[in-house]
Amino acid sequence: MDIQIEKLTKTYGPQTAVNDISFDVKTGEVLGFLGPNGAGKSTTMKMITGYIGIEKGDIHIGGKSVTNPSNDLKKHIGYLPENNPLYLDMPVMDYLEFCGSLQGIDTLNIDKRIREMIGVCGLNREKHKKIGELSKGYRQRVGLAQAMIHDPEILVLDEPTTGLDPNQIIEIRKLIRDLGKEKTVILSTHILPEVEATCDRILIINKGKIVANGTPETLRKQAQGNEVLKLRIEDGDADLILKSLKELNTVQSVEYVQQNQNLFEVQSLAEQTSKRHIFNLCVQKKWVLTELTPMETKLEDIFRNLTVN
Amino acid sequence: MQTIWIIAKRELATFFDSLIAYIILGLFLGFSGFFTWLYGNDIFLVGQANLRVFFSIASWSLFFFIPAITMKMLAEERKTGTLELLLTKSVTDRQLILGKFLGSVLLVCIALLATLPYVITISNIGNLDNGGTICGYLGLLLMSITYTAIGVFASSITTNQIVAFMTALFIGLFFHIIFGVLAQNFTGPLGQIFDTLNLQSHFESISRGVIDSKDLVYFLSITVLGLYLGEWSLSKRHFS
Repeated sequence: MDIQIEKLTKTYGPQTAVNDISFDVKTGEVLGFLGPNGAGKSTTMKMITGYIGIEKGDIHIGGKSVTNPSNDLKKHIGYLPENNPLYLDMPVMDYLEFCGSLQGIDTLNIDKRIREMIGVCGLNREKHKKIGELSKGYRQRVGLAQAMIHDPEILVLDEPTTGLDPNQIIEIRKLIRDLGKEKTVILSTHILPEVEATCDRILIINKGKIVANGTPETLRKQAQGNEVLKLRIEDGDADLILKSLKELNTVQSVEYVQQNQNLFEVQSLAEQTSKRHIFNLCVQKKWVLTELTPMETKLEDIFRNLTVN
Repeated sequence: MQTIWIIAKRELATFFDSLIAYIILGLFLGFSGFFTWLYGNDIFLVGQANLRVFFSIASWSLFFFIPAITMKMLAEERKTGTLELLLTKSVTDRQLILGKFLGSVLLVCIALLATLPYVITISNIGNLDNGGTICGYLGLLLMSITYTAIGVFASSITTNQIVAFMTALFIGLFFHIIFGVLAQNFTGPLGQIFDTLNLQSHFESISRGVIDSKDLVYFLSITVLGLYLGEWSLSKRHFS
């Protein structure tokens, strides 16, 4: 099932939480939803899952509008809300049974599904405990288990890996990737490496507007502009090297990173690369090139550029 | 219907898991038993083989206990955020309200069933008026569903359980006492209106053994109104 969001707008009093945003999520795609606090991520997710009404615009899931309650789209969505609310006084098994039966799993299959989810989310040792007795990470696993119990075609996860330990984060990311092969997944997060590790596409939203939309590579390319190389050249005089580098006809500027270690940063002209020229220069002058690192723009920088203003 | 039953079942299970049910049942039985059998205008003082005394005491204890049962229903769900969890599942607002309502009504029914030994005792002592007794219980049940619906509504408008309890009690107070007092103080059509709104007079007429459609309509319409307002208050989140 795919999701189409068309010109979605939501205001809370004088504040516009979501401002005229449109995007699609295809089946078998994991979409990372990024943005600073209060950007409108959770509000959008709440509208997709049908918790709050749509003010303007529309959301179509599998071609059907969420505004029509008779479509009963909620059965196809698994949702992990922000802060992972749970019934703390219920044992894990009972809770999963409750969630499963609310989503319409029949009594024959429910035990099988609960066992599967307990296995997948690593809850076997805790399954008879009350949720209130579990640590934060285990509660998060219960939250994920309840979202997936009815094997939904769409998963909406609001910060799914908060509170998990590093091993568990890797497992959950792998799980999301696997799920994302056949299902439609939207996840929001503040952890940028997580997006790179799990998402096919990134959507950055700021102040209710989409500011970037694309794969991590395309975003990086867009933000990067000119090629930047970090060089270390030994067996030569630093100033001479600097001067020679500047004379290369593909180089825009050269700066010292550390003069005493002969470390330079070279920026090429737009859409040009200087790697070969630098190598040839070193060969010619008998300098030893010990380091040549292309400087990639980090996702953090893209995020900061787009959302700080 | 299935969904409503799943929610009601969980609600009832939560009551019994968290001791609330036992406390409510204990207090209800203790309170109504004490005044029915031991103290004041009790059955032995009246000297008749009927449960009139019990019905009147029970109506007062239910008046206080039902808001205590219903106060956490939606207020807590709202506070902890589990409301979002429930309503993003295949559950409509109406199903949630009805499930919560049914869960509390079932607890009240269990409390009323627990007073059956009273009926057995009296029927052994004297010649019990069966019709009157059944009508008395029916009256208590109708009154309970009315107050439960009011309680569910009160719980739906706030995140604070104490506020929900006080609101339910405050609204209930009008039906239980204030309309009756006003009915006595006003004459003419105004007095008539207050008398119609007075829950006590409808309750007494049923528990005397007269099942009038007017009384049924009265109880059921307040119940429906309470539940409807509860649903409306839940649906307000769509427009804020």
